[in-house]
Amino acid sequence: MTKGLRVDTKHLPLTATLALFVIMFLFGSLRYTGFFSTQVFLNLFIDNAFLIIVAVGMTFVILSGGIDLSVGSVIALTSMVAASLTMNAELPPVMVVPISLLVGTVLGFCMGCLIHYFHLQPFIVTLAGMFLARGLCYLISVESITITDEFFNFMASTRIPVGNGNFISISVIIAMFVVAAAIFIAHFTKFGRNVYALGGSEQSALLMGLPVGRTKIMIYTISGFCSSLAGLIFTFYMLSGYGLHANGLELDTIAAVVIGGTLLTGGAGYVAGSVVGVLILGIIQTVIVFEGTLSSWWTKIAIGVLLLLFIVLQRIIVARSSTSQVSAAAN
Amino acid sequence: MKKHEEPPGRQQDTALPGGSSNKKMLGGNALQNQAPILVMDGITKEFPGVKALTDVHLKLYPGEVHALMGENGAGKSTLIKVLTGVYTFDKGSVMLEGRPVRAATPLEAQNLGISTVYQEVNLCTNLSVVENIFIGREIMKRGRLDWKEMTRQAKELLKTRLNLDIDVTKLLSSYSVAIQQMIAIARSLQVSAKVLILDEPTSSLDQNEVNQLFNVIRKLKQDGLAIVFVSHFLDQIYEITDRLTVLRNGKWIGEYMTADIERLELVSKMIGKDLNELAHTEKKSGKSFENNNLLLQGEKVCKKGKIAPFDLNIHEGEIVGLAGLLGSGRTELARLLFGADKADSGEIKINGKKTSLASPRQAISRGIAFCSENRKTEGIIADLTIRENIILAMQGTQGWFKHIPKKRQIEIADEYIKLLNINPPNPEQLIKNLSGGNQQKVLLARWLVTNPKLLILDEPTRGIDIGAKAEIQKLMLSLSEKGMSILFISSEIEEVLRTCHKIAVLRDHEKVSEIENARHITQKDIMEAMAGGHTEQKNNKEAIAGGVAR
Repeated sequence: MTKGLRVDTKHLPLTATLALFVIMFLFGSLRYTGFFSTQVFLNLFIDNAFLIIVAVGMTFVILSGGIDLSVGSVIALTSMVAASLTMNAELPPVMVVPISLLVGTVLGFCMGCLIHYFHLQPFIVTLAGMFLARGLCYLISVESITITDEFFNFMASTRIPVGNGNFISISVIIAMFVVAAAIFIAHFTKFGRNVYALGGSEQSALLMGLPVGRTKIMIYTISGFCSSLAGLIFTFYMLSGYGLHANGLELDTIAAVVIGGTLLTGGAGYVAGSVVGVLILGIIQTVIVFEGTLSSWWTKIAIGVLLLLFIVLQRIIVARSSTSQVSAAAN
Repeated sequence: MKKHEEPPGRQQDTALPGGSSNKKMLGGNALQNQAPILVMDGITKEFPGVKALTDVHLKLYPGEVHALMGENGAGKSTLIKVLTGVYTFDKGSVMLEGRPVRAATPLEAQNLGISTVYQEVNLCTNLSVVENIFIGREIMKRGRLDWKEMTRQAKELLKTRLNLDIDVTKLLSSYSVAIQQMIAIARSLQVSAKVLILDEPTSSLDQNEVNQLFNVIRKLKQDGLAIVFVSHFLDQIYEITDRLTVLRNGKWIGEYMTADIERLELVSKMIGKDLNELAHTEKKSGKSFENNNLLLQGEKVCKKGKIAPFDLNIHEGEIVGLAGLLGSGRTELARLLFGADKADSGEIKINGKKTSLASPRQAISRGIAFCSENRKTEGIIADLTIRENIILAMQGTQGWFKHIPKKRQIEIADEYIKLLNINPPNPEQLIKNLSGGNQQKVLLARWLVTNPKLLILDEPTRGIDIGAKAEIQKLMLSLSEKGMSILFISSEIEEVLRTCHKIAVLRDHEKVSEIENARHITQKDIMEAMAGGHTEQKNNKEAIAGGVAR
């Protein structure tokens, strides 16, 4: 097998994702007038900033071979905590923001500890976390809490011009900052490499003397923090706290990460891929909005089809690389 | 002591000093002038209910390759795990360079300079070579990983210490197991290892790769590293090691200079009994099966990318050996005959009738049984008992809903436990508690119960101890006398020569020759056919033709 081909195999999922995004954008541009504009593109980021942030956290989890089902509930819980602290307790944003961010971070840390120290399945632990967080929302209030705070209003409505009358929101800036930090962490820190190693083979990582436990706990803490940050941004976006917010979002997030080319078995994938994955989910929605007559459930159908396609693609890549391995060994 | 018959062949054999009289416990030797780098003394390790190690010693000098010998269950792995901090020990002491040490984790052991390279390479195949070498001890520059420096150092390390010039930025998975093993060694060297433990490093390598590894070992030896080498291959022990320590049943048996202890003696130390029994499995003389009923006839059978078209005839009662290097297509050929893979072209006749073998189910119904090479992953079901494991295949042929009374099951299990000498002889023992050799026997029993006409054995003797090996070989011969045909795949040519009536040699996914096993056929003949070579090939074929003509 040639060198070029092998590099291709490694980046194939990411390349496929990018190509898909471009194709979908071109398709939309050709079919609908007004689709091909910078603002439509920027809106993808504005509408999905929170999803990008959760997906970044989820990427670390999935890279390590785990899963985090609690993210959607944590978003709801964060929005609830932020809303009730602002509206009921009337705390200033300087206090509301850090406390809200702690919600997911602490929950993530606890789930990480459970997973590591008791050798529990991440699926079950985070499933419990999901129910717990969702339930806690209703403990705070069963009703939606509308936020009328100045700071929240400012965060929600500020438009940052980027030339030609186009704009982005503050949330996009935050999301981009998170993405940049995550890429740095994944590729230029020891922690990042440990995550990949853990996803490759936990047994090997242990025998190589890597801090497996610390890394695992850290991963879930990061995912929890990202969920809470996303929860805050979601609150800016919705200007309310509600126990039904982000229902089922964990599955959208996992879908975005997988479509972004990260192997569900762990060990391979890129943060940038997950961002593109989110954008693809976003563009499906945009297409459906432009189409006008389609029901929004078509989003789910499209996501389902894409997800299937990508899982099959990954399977083929894994199978192919293992056969190339065999032939290499035989030579 | 009765000398066990061993066909002459591999060059290493001739390098051995003959005679067993000059064996001695390690005496005046050049190594003795140096201080030992590692001394393990009186190591005792107890697990609940089992004494895994009793008063075991191990002494290592810098610049030596030291073999740790013993059958399965002798305590080699436990000793290694104690040394590398996976287990702690109950009694005794470990001195490294004169100072007592006690590693509690693999990381601590590594930091002390004791590293292990395991049989299954314990690296992450999804990371690049550089990452695998440096992960856990990365070089940082201004708060970030310094990939440039690490790449440079990794390249240099591989080149200067291991003579390996590869692209270190590629993924580990793009390299063969042999290279991966070298990279694992490089990782150990990077921590400036003083003691390097190689646990069965050669079991999945072919001969070329083994040579490559041995060159590296010799180089490291010169650099003053102490290397512990664990292997089931006696040839390799004699080729590469300087001294050896023998363990048996968790006890220390002795420490010897490799050159001073004869093979037969070494083996008898390991198993603790004479090898007279082994001598019984003498080499088969050329017995012709031409007149026997032709059981299986393969014509131009082929599967693209797996094996080139081949012809193969197996007569009733004949043992056909498949010789060839690892990856030469032996298993692929066997899988075609068992229907595990479907042939692209060619035809297979069983008892003269053309048959399609499209699935293992069909093959089984035509009396073919296949004992797979990976007993751990494809064979045994660890949490079932011996009885249940034996009954499995029989239940398969009888139909799942036809109940076999438990009494009958126990009878069958007992019968085969006795026939194959399975230890412990308790049908209700869980199979995961058995040694490798005994697990293999249970697998064999599973297929024997179905009374197959053709039994395909893929490396049945790999990784099991010598006593069990001899038993399995003997069993094959007695089955053949009862009229069962056997297709026997083995990496040990000697074993093939000793048991098979006919030997098919594979090379590079092609059947290159077929040799009737006559008395004058030696390991060398088979090796030549396996290795091929450009100019010799023709002569080779002539030699083989001579062999066939007898």
